[in-house]
Amino acid sequence: MAEMQIKPITMNFGPQHPAAHGVLRLVLEMDGEVIERADPHVGLLHRGTEKLIEHKTYLQALPYFDRLDYVSPMNQEHAWALSIEKALGITVPRRAQYIRVLYCEIGRILNHIMNLTTFAIDVGAMTPLLWGFEEREQLMGFYERACGARLHAAYFRPGGVHQDLPDGLLDEISQWAAKFPSFIDDLEMLLTDNRIFKQRTVDIGVISEEDALDFGMTGPCLRASGVAWDLRKTQPYDVYPEMEFDVPIGKTGDCYARYLVRVEEMRQSLRIIDQCIANMPEGPVLAENNKVTPPKRGEMKNSMEALIHHFKLYTEGFHVPEGESYTAVEAPKGEFGVYVVADGSNRPYRCKIRAPGFYFMAAVDHLSRGHMLADSVAIIGSLDVVFGEIDR
Amino acid sequence: MGEMDQIEDGRPTDTAPSALETMVVHLQHLLGDAVSSADISGGQIILRTTSPALITLLTSLRDDVVASFNQLTDLTAVDYPDRPERFEMVYQLLSMKNNMRLRILMPVDEGQTAPSVVGLFNSANWAEREVWDMFGIFFAGHPDLRRLLTDYGFEGHPLRKDFPLTGHVEVRYDDTLRRVVNEPVSLVQEFRDFDFLSPWEGMQGQIDAGSADKVGKGE
Repeated sequence: MAEMQIKPITMNFGPQHPAAHGVLRLVLEMDGEVIERADPHVGLLHRGTEKLIEHKTYLQALPYFDRLDYVSPMNQEHAWALSIEKALGITVPRRAQYIRVLYCEIGRILNHIMNLTTFAIDVGAMTPLLWGFEEREQLMGFYERACGARLHAAYFRPGGVHQDLPDGLLDEISQWAAKFPSFIDDLEMLLTDNRIFKQRTVDIGVISEEDALDFGMTGPCLRASGVAWDLRKTQPYDVYPEMEFDVPIGKTGDCYARYLVRVEEMRQSLRIIDQCIANMPEGPVLAENNKVTPPKRGEMKNSMEALIHHFKLYTEGFHVPEGESYTAVEAPKGEFGVYVVADGSNRPYRCKIRAPGFYFMAAVDHLSRGHMLADSVAIIGSLDVVFGEIDR
Repeated sequence: MGEMDQIEDGRPTDTAPSALETMVVHLQHLLGDAVSSADISGGQIILRTTSPALITLLTSLRDDVVASFNQLTDLTAVDYPDRPERFEMVYQLLSMKNNMRLRILMPVDEGQTAPSVVGLFNSANWAEREVWDMFGIFFAGHPDLRRLLTDYGFEGHPLRKDFPLTGHVEVRYDDTLRRVVNEPVSLVQEFRDFDFLSPWEGMQGQIDAGSADKVGKGE
């Protein structure tokens, strides 16, 4: 019998699929069970954030950043706050810088718990998710204590943070941080040497150092491929230069390496959290420049000027001098950048958000070619994608 | 604490200015006519170029041993309807070796094509698709220039300044047709866009007089 050419099957994956991590539609061209081409269709969560920001004042634009990567909201507010502070030349009080770094690291742990445990559930392990979400619940409790919201914090402000931490919160965080390593140990006990987990992740979705750079990958995914690049070390912001921590690097660039890098990053984040709590200075948490930050409530009762400042700040907002800037922070997923074009008015003329996940998603085709269908789930899980930031 | 101090330079990029200046001189020497101007702003290098020179410029920036801008971090466009050439493409490059960021600005007119840089940096693939989707700038030589973020069958380019914030169509599920239908947007209340250019002096010039001229150098 003559050899037959079998036409590749086109398969649709998502957008309503638990392993799609949100609303990803993946169109796969399959040769049997081998992926020949993966074409991600994104944009199902597109809300026009950048367009909306053009129509809001600088302060009103801040909460949109919570809604990008909704797993680690404060890290993104940080980029926005830093970018405005840079444009206005504001110095942030030390205590505020410490609080911001503390909460960025809490955000990093929040994010990594979410990613690692959902990644585990994608490849068949249910327990880490159940254990991990208990920890996330506590961390979101810390978010709530600080700013009143569990997810969409809107806590960081240009010039500092919105309000000071309540009494006793630092002690509670410290107590939690003392117990958290045992959770990481439990998580590692379940996964790191787990035969099934390793079979599903080792040598799956390998990306070389050159390719990772070429595809614009950043953060843990880049470090898993062996590039020692962490913006907290190389281009530090706030009080990161004073923090002692190590940057874990992977060797193999596969899904397993990405997992290992994130586990180690959680341990390093804990070190930063401990240092923040130990060295937390006293003082104000918001720059005392009432053109940019609101006056104190008590002051407004007596001072006409404070009242006017408050009114002007929350109606007109502040004007940012003409110019453009690109500011990037090391968000848990990678480099989160904000490119702002200011025209001297109270609204940004253009705001481009550089989301790390966007570039991971673009690399999915490259990563999953030649792999089995089930591996595509592991690859997407290991990349740590959240569609809030990809679709914007 | 809390007093208003000037930050020394763009904080996130903590490269000493002298290293940046050396790099700018090196780049001007290396790139010659491909750049029309080179400045430093906020601790980052800004180059201006034109679309015919873009590919040579990026290739030299990437392959030069000293510069080695090895990652295209981001790529976007800005719409300036009043300028003779309507759009400005913005390329953000990162050199890990020198720990420097560089930005390339390139004007593109409406209807004019920009050269695709996917051949040089794979990260440009989706970024260019997004710019095509949002601004309608066509990239010559892009392997797969489809819309990225908007709906299937979407019309218009949302991030253009003449595209209304509310859009043109809204979708709803039609019970009788048993499918999602597109309809022209009908707003109960007109979209309210406040004008803050008040006749009063307002907030202008009140933010630290010193910082304004420092940042003013930006642009």
